[in-house]
Amino acid sequence: MYRSHVLVCGGTGCTSSGSAKIIDTLQAEIIKNGLKDEVAVVQTGCHGLCAQGPIVIIYPEATFYAMVTNEDVPEIVSEHLLKGRIVNRLLYKEMITENGIKSLNETDFYKRQHRIALRNCGVINPENIDEYIGTNGYEALGKVLTEFTPDQVIQSILDSGLRGRGGGGFPTGLKWKLAKGNDADQKYVCCNADEGDPGAFMDRSVLEGDPHVVLEAMAIAGYAIGASMGYIYIRAEYPIAVDRLEIAIGQAREYGLLGKNIFGTDFSFDIELRLGAGAFVCGEETALMTSIEGNRGEPRPRPPFPAQKGLFQKPTILNNVETYANIPQIILNGPEWFASMGTEKSKGTKVFALGGKINNTGLVEIPMGTPLREVIEDIGGGIPNGKKFKAAQTGGPSGGCIPAEHFDIPIDYDNLISIGSMMGSGGLIVMDEDNCMVDIAKFFLEFTVDESCGKCTPCRIGTKRLHEILDKITNGQGTMDDLQKLEDLCYYIKENALCGLGQTAPNPVLSTLRYFKDEYIAHVVDKKCPAGVCKALLSYIIDEDKCKGCTLCARICPNGAISGKVKEAHLIDQSKCIKCGACMEKCKFGAISKK
Amino acid sequence: MGSQNNTVPFAGTKEQESALLKVIADHKDDKGALMPILQKAQGIYGYLPIEVQTIISNEMNVPLEKVYGIVTFYSQFSLNPKGKFNVSVCLGTACYVKGSGDIFTKLQEMLGVEDGGCTNDGHFSLESCRCIGACGLAPVLTINEDVYGKLSVDDLEGILAKYK
Repeated sequence: MYRSHVLVCGGTGCTSSGSAKIIDTLQAEIIKNGLKDEVAVVQTGCHGLCAQGPIVIIYPEATFYAMVTNEDVPEIVSEHLLKGRIVNRLLYKEMITENGIKSLNETDFYKRQHRIALRNCGVINPENIDEYIGTNGYEALGKVLTEFTPDQVIQSILDSGLRGRGGGGFPTGLKWKLAKGNDADQKYVCCNADEGDPGAFMDRSVLEGDPHVVLEAMAIAGYAIGASMGYIYIRAEYPIAVDRLEIAIGQAREYGLLGKNIFGTDFSFDIELRLGAGAFVCGEETALMTSIEGNRGEPRPRPPFPAQKGLFQKPTILNNVETYANIPQIILNGPEWFASMGTEKSKGTKVFALGGKINNTGLVEIPMGTPLREVIEDIGGGIPNGKKFKAAQTGGPSGGCIPAEHFDIPIDYDNLISIGSMMGSGGLIVMDEDNCMVDIAKFFLEFTVDESCGKCTPCRIGTKRLHEILDKITNGQGTMDDLQKLEDLCYYIKENALCGLGQTAPNPVLSTLRYFKDEYIAHVVDKKCPAGVCKALLSYIIDEDKCKGCTLCARICPNGAISGKVKEAHLIDQSKCIKCGACMEKCKFGAISKK
Repeated sequence: MGSQNNTVPFAGTKEQESALLKVIADHKDDKGALMPILQKAQGIYGYLPIEVQTIISNEMNVPLEKVYGIVTFYSQFSLNPKGKFNVSVCLGTACYVKGSGDIFTKLQEMLGVEDGGCTNDGHFSLESCRCIGACGLAPVLTINEDVYGKLSVDDLEGILAKYK
């Protein structure tokens, strides 16, 4: 028995800021102080509060140290672990109140959260199956195999109201029911871990922090639909998650929780990993299966749906990581428990990745129906530097922007669609007054142009044309006619593209046109970028009162656009200026500004 | 992606080739084996020149155009060798709204290469990538295995200097 456990976050965020080194130093210091038999160091998954990383938590006190550096470690060991004195300067500052230290679960970031999918993340050692079993792991699989018929499993999932967490929101139980209804000699259970939406990293955190939950849920799904084989398709960009999944699969096989005759029943199920190779379109279900088969990951028309003919032409179900992470808890606590959370048509919780212009970047899991305002202001801690909120972007390249006028909207699948965005996988990027919405639309289109697989014309050529028009507008050459063209083309692509990627690719344009048309008009009519982002629309101006006439800017200007006599105010010829900004960078008197 | 012509001559060794042949022999009969084999081949050679694709095509009895089609479809497969130090700038949304676009432009200027290019001495290569999931550290770049976060344009010179 150890008297203290030191939990160090080993998620990607904290690892990137040096948590692996902290673990090494901790272990060395613990040995040096003779505490080897009293204190254990555990590497866990993500705690969610990535902005405060690297994170170190010491139990049993649950002391939460934030932004720990390697140099802080000797002090933590000698003060906290040896002498029992908390190192106040390293505490997460939200926990410090006038009346002493409050618990982590009472801080604004954590108190509104309800963790189901993330329940074990940051709590257990993901590389040790015993710790998963210690938190009721594999109990749901045991219960299902010994007490439930496959139909009862499907009924439970149907009753829970769980909908796909990958974006579309299709009822999970219905998907399973359809696949079960198709007879075949072989069926497959697939897991979509090809988390491609930029800015969404909840699936990665589940896989890094609690890999066994996905294996257990896939086995339950296999039992329900009558499949004996599963594939996890995971991004190769997530090396830590891949490692931990491999370890988890090995341990589960060793314990007989994967493989032949699980729990002594006649149910057999095994799982293999397949690595993606960097193609966004492979997050689309038919493209993903084509990729597992070893081909170019191009989507194909549906029907036939995967439940009829999926992977290797056999009935297949495909669910996302977060969806699976809910399954064992639904089985153990009952569908009524799950359905008691959320809104009428969106049950349970949803994990969001908060990013962009927000203080508490990180992962949060909240009940469906939580208002956007609460997520951004209370949990997210608001916008940094006193800037004004402009929009929240959800759904990645398939979603849209939510403007301030919808700040109080309860977040669920249907509400988001009604205002022109979508849930997507749960990336939530906050933008402030310094972000240009036309530039953001262009940014997403650049992404879709790059990631379009090229199979169907509306997406391959249509997104390219959209991008060209947006480029023209941000360069100050757009006309009002272009805005109409933009909108018409968007609807054309939506109606005619082959797969979900193409059909949703125009959403960032449509939603910014809907809510931020004045910004488009400013670019087109006034030739101005109100946020000061689009370079071609900026003018560099010399303040006559501040200019000392030192001639430095005139000598630096690569295009000879600046003129003026020594010791007299200089002037920029706007027709010659190429907007490189070199003059502003070099001016010693701060006399040059951009507008 | 794979459209640039490769100017560096292929210099594969016998050891690399036998490692590749072993990988092919081990996985040849797996379902959908081509992707995992290509991934392992890139691990062995660092990239997938036409010579390597030809070996895979011959050994697996798959037409070369199918192998080439797959290699050029996925952005992770590279037809060109990478630099000794590969600089990768995240252009995911969270990094982009925090200014990673400016960082990428500045690096192109500093290194004198475009997206996917490599300096003439083979020292640095530069690429943009989509979200490595370290959004809490935005904007982020990686150089080989090292991650640098919360960047500003002014940090770049100091960071590159460490690898010169």
